[in-house]
Amino acid sequence: MSERIIAIGPEHPLQEEPECFKLHVEGEKVLSLDIQLGYNHRGVEKLAESKSYDQILFLMERICGICSTSHPFAGVNALENLVGVEVPERAKYIRSILGEMERIHSHLLWLGLAGHFMGYNTLFMWAWKTREIVLDLLERISGNRQNYSMFKVGGVRRDVKDDEIPSYLKELDRLLPALDLFRGAVADDPVVHARTKGIGVLTAEDIRRFGAVGPTARASGVDIDVRRDDPYAAYSMVDWKVVTGTRGDVYDKVMVRILEMYESHAIITQCLRKLPPGEIDARVKEIPAGEGIGRHEAPRGEVMHYVRSDGTNRPARYKVRAPSFMNVATNTKAVVGQTISDATLILAAVDPCYCCSERVSAVERRTGKRLWSGAELVRLSQDATRRLRAKMGFPHEISKDP
Amino acid sequence: MSTVLDTLRNAFPGRLLNCEERRGARIYCDAAPEVIVDAARELMDGHRARFITATGTDTRNAVEILYHFSIDGEGAVVSLRVTLPKDRLEVDSLAPLIKAAEWVEREIHEMLGVRFRGHPDPRRLLLADDWPEGSYPLRRDGEGGQS
Repeated sequence: MSERIIAIGPEHPLQEEPECFKLHVEGEKVLSLDIQLGYNHRGVEKLAESKSYDQILFLMERICGICSTSHPFAGVNALENLVGVEVPERAKYIRSILGEMERIHSHLLWLGLAGHFMGYNTLFMWAWKTREIVLDLLERISGNRQNYSMFKVGGVRRDVKDDEIPSYLKELDRLLPALDLFRGAVADDPVVHARTKGIGVLTAEDIRRFGAVGPTARASGVDIDVRRDDPYAAYSMVDWKVVTGTRGDVYDKVMVRILEMYESHAIITQCLRKLPPGEIDARVKEIPAGEGIGRHEAPRGEVMHYVRSDGTNRPARYKVRAPSFMNVATNTKAVVGQTISDATLILAAVDPCYCCSERVSAVERRTGKRLWSGAELVRLSQDATRRLRAKMGFPHEISKDP
Repeated sequence: MSTVLDTLRNAFPGRLLNCEERRGARIYCDAAPEVIVDAARELMDGHRARFITATGTDTRNAVEILYHFSIDGEGAVVSLRVTLPKDRLEVDSLAPLIKAAEWVEREIHEMLGVRFRGHPDPRRLLLADDWPEGSYPLRRDGEGGQS
């Protein structure tokens, strides 16, 4: 059989963003992957050089709709590293609250999509419904569901109202049973096990070679997290732990993200309960000449911003390193040797219909005669589910319809 | 005092200069271009460093590349600064040593026109296919960034 190329992207109806993955395949097996970026390149670093420092955080907020806290978070860390200002305690807690709410809504969005790509649309609906709890809270705190405009050099723009904290905590309590549901939905489902276990494995050495970060790294047992390793905001003042996996497959990436949401919940509730009184802004007037590096553990991993000032009101250089820039490259290793259907899940942001559409009718290659009828395909599918349940250690039969 | 800073001060005499630790465990060194691969190897192997990224900056007379490494165990960021004169914009590639540098160097190459010697795959990464050759968006030495 000869090698073929399947191009996924750059534009595709079910892909949220333009990116081009060229899968070199032989039959169903992926031999190699070439990734082409740049379809979404907007010249943000160049644009930043023409913006004042007050405007820059709004620009950074708009790098990514999901990470609209993470980029300004890393941005203020970089600028405060340059200036050398101590942020008021209350602002540090508010920053961590926002950062962790973003992590929960981002992980839920991803979990929903991962479910969708596996054909597990119930999980998709549950996850996105639960995500609304967090988005509503973010709206109550900041006024916005996305692009919160909360970060400024030296503090935050809006305070959390003390008399609303009990109702925030009550809403947050609704998350825990939902998280238990997701953990069960993944841990107890043989199809999820079959689709994710041992698939797209990255070793700790692969992570190191590619410089991967975040849940992608932690799922492979690489114990790194900027929140703990290079503490900032309120992360060193509350109890939480870094979640790691061992196998580095898709299953561990799902589990690490689910378990991280419990930690985020713990961080937010502690921050709300311990929120110290006082100022929320150190009132930084100007940015002196110098260099600053700031980092933040975004939902996808470490974001790094580097800023160089020549003493004017706009930066001489503003560099952004997003976690996906490192993580996406690991796909060139993770999909090799896998099947096309698994590759779609490994890439986690592509439409599986390419391979599905080649499977609905099986034909004898030489004569073109159809091999199976619809009813036979249903029977084959049921047989496959039975075999799968047995293989994955689910010995009991599928329960009959009520 | 950081052990990394000690290493950097002593490992490459005369070729790694002005090593200093600034606020927030941020370490900066000026590196001679020919020492960058060895210094990176020392950080990666000797201090379990993680390559974060590299920042290329046009300072009008030269192009500066800051190679950022994270020492996760110490919460430190080490930035090695290499300064390349405009008439000789080339430096050894880190990509054969650190896979993570492959895309980072491709980006700096197309944005600033720095040639990375020994890069395994020096294609464009981000710019459009029809972007004119020899025009670098982050350069500051003329209209439209022409070199």
